[in-house]
Amino acid sequence: MARTAVSGRLAWRVARLAGFRDETPTARTLVFDLPGWPGHLAGQHVDVRLTAADGYRAQRSYSLAAPADGDRVELTVQRVADGEVSEHLTGPYAVGDPVEIRGPIGGWFAWRPTDPAPVLLVAGGSGIVPLMAMIRARRAAGVRTPFKLIYSLRTPAELYYADELRTPVAGLDVTYVYTRELPEGRPGLPKRIDVATLNTAGWPAEFGASCFVCGPTGFVETVADILVALGHDPHRIRTERFGPSRD
Amino acid sequence: MGVVTPGFHGRARSGNPRLPPGQYLAEDFPVLSAGPTPRVRTETWEFTVTTEAGEKHTWNWAELMALPSEKPTVDIHCVTQWSKLDTRWRGVPVDTLVGGLGTEADYVMVHSYGGYTTNLPLADLLDGQAWIAYEYGGKPLTPEHGGPARLLVPHLYFWKSAKWVRGLELKTRDEPGFWENAGYHDYGDPWREQRYQGD
Repeated sequence: MARTAVSGRLAWRVARLAGFRDETPTARTLVFDLPGWPGHLAGQHVDVRLTAADGYRAQRSYSLAAPADGDRVELTVQRVADGEVSEHLTGPYAVGDPVEIRGPIGGWFAWRPTDPAPVLLVAGGSGIVPLMAMIRARRAAGVRTPFKLIYSLRTPAELYYADELRTPVAGLDVTYVYTRELPEGRPGLPKRIDVATLNTAGWPAEFGASCFVCGPTGFVETVADILVALGHDPHRIRTERFGPSRD
Repeated sequence: MGVVTPGFHGRARSGNPRLPPGQYLAEDFPVLSAGPTPRVRTETWEFTVTTEAGEKHTWNWAELMALPSEKPTVDIHCVTQWSKLDTRWRGVPVDTLVGGLGTEADYVMVHSYGGYTTNLPLADLLDGQAWIAYEYGGKPLTPEHGGPARLLVPHLYFWKSAKWVRGLELKTRDEPGFWENAGYHDYGDPWREQRYQGD
């Protein structure tokens, strides 16, 4: 298993919001200035800590949405009902405001541009975030590693990174699966990712693809089970799950 | 105190003394694992304790079921910040499996089906602090939560409670397991917020 040793203490650093983009009505990409950031791999995450005036603190983990780029760090935050952190970060949190960030965390769910194996990315909802970092890292590194993305979402309105994904990229195939509502004019019915989807839109198992699956627990369980059943090596299937509870 | 984020208030302070710092209460039971869920049949399940001298002691499923069990009700704390109070388990105390071995080892590497490993001091598995758990909430433990059997060490962050456990390797030296190699803490005390190496 490939491993990344992290040594020394993961220090909290002060980050300030440099800009933001709304991805959907409830999801916002935050671009931070983070002086001293040591860099990261696509797929890794950070801890974000907010402190209130009375000293109360709340801390959450968020996936990095873009590859390493000096002192700039991007996260995409989905607003969660009653989510004390996500509601602030997608609402009143303004350019120039500080938070604290530490990381990068996690060297297992990470893609390295030097790895020549084909890549299958399977995203459920906001699970697209660390996978988008991998797509962007591929482009930034100028490598031709063949990528396939299968992106499951409930409705077209929930699509993150819409313009960027709509722009064709050589060597990146994107397949959308809509579970509740289809885009206008698209034939067929809403459905969930199934064996047929992964069989036709994924890589044949014998290609030895690296598979990265990110989404809610039930989604990840289903997709990982199907990939194993289709013959993919379990050790090449890397998963990142977020619980159904809160941010 | 860290840097104040203007306008951030947070939710009502719970002040629940059973919540370690930085944790929030989860109503459900989130899942965290690094890969696909192994499906391990009890017909072929085995659990092996290997001493530092290389002696192996193995139990099959029927033998595990025949051992005296306990029904601990414990609070669990995940490094991803959820905690769950009063979870009900059934399992065999690790003391029963390791107690009579006369080992000199101070550390344990826990091995799981699927290749996962985690390290912790042997002392943290003894004296009624840890179990090989096979029931949760009165029902057989499901595969996504680590069934047929997982380690249960509730006083440490929950990644130490290895799912799909298949054995304990007793060691005289501490070596990092899977998450520990990726930067997570070697001990993982939630009350001291030992999330990452160096915390």
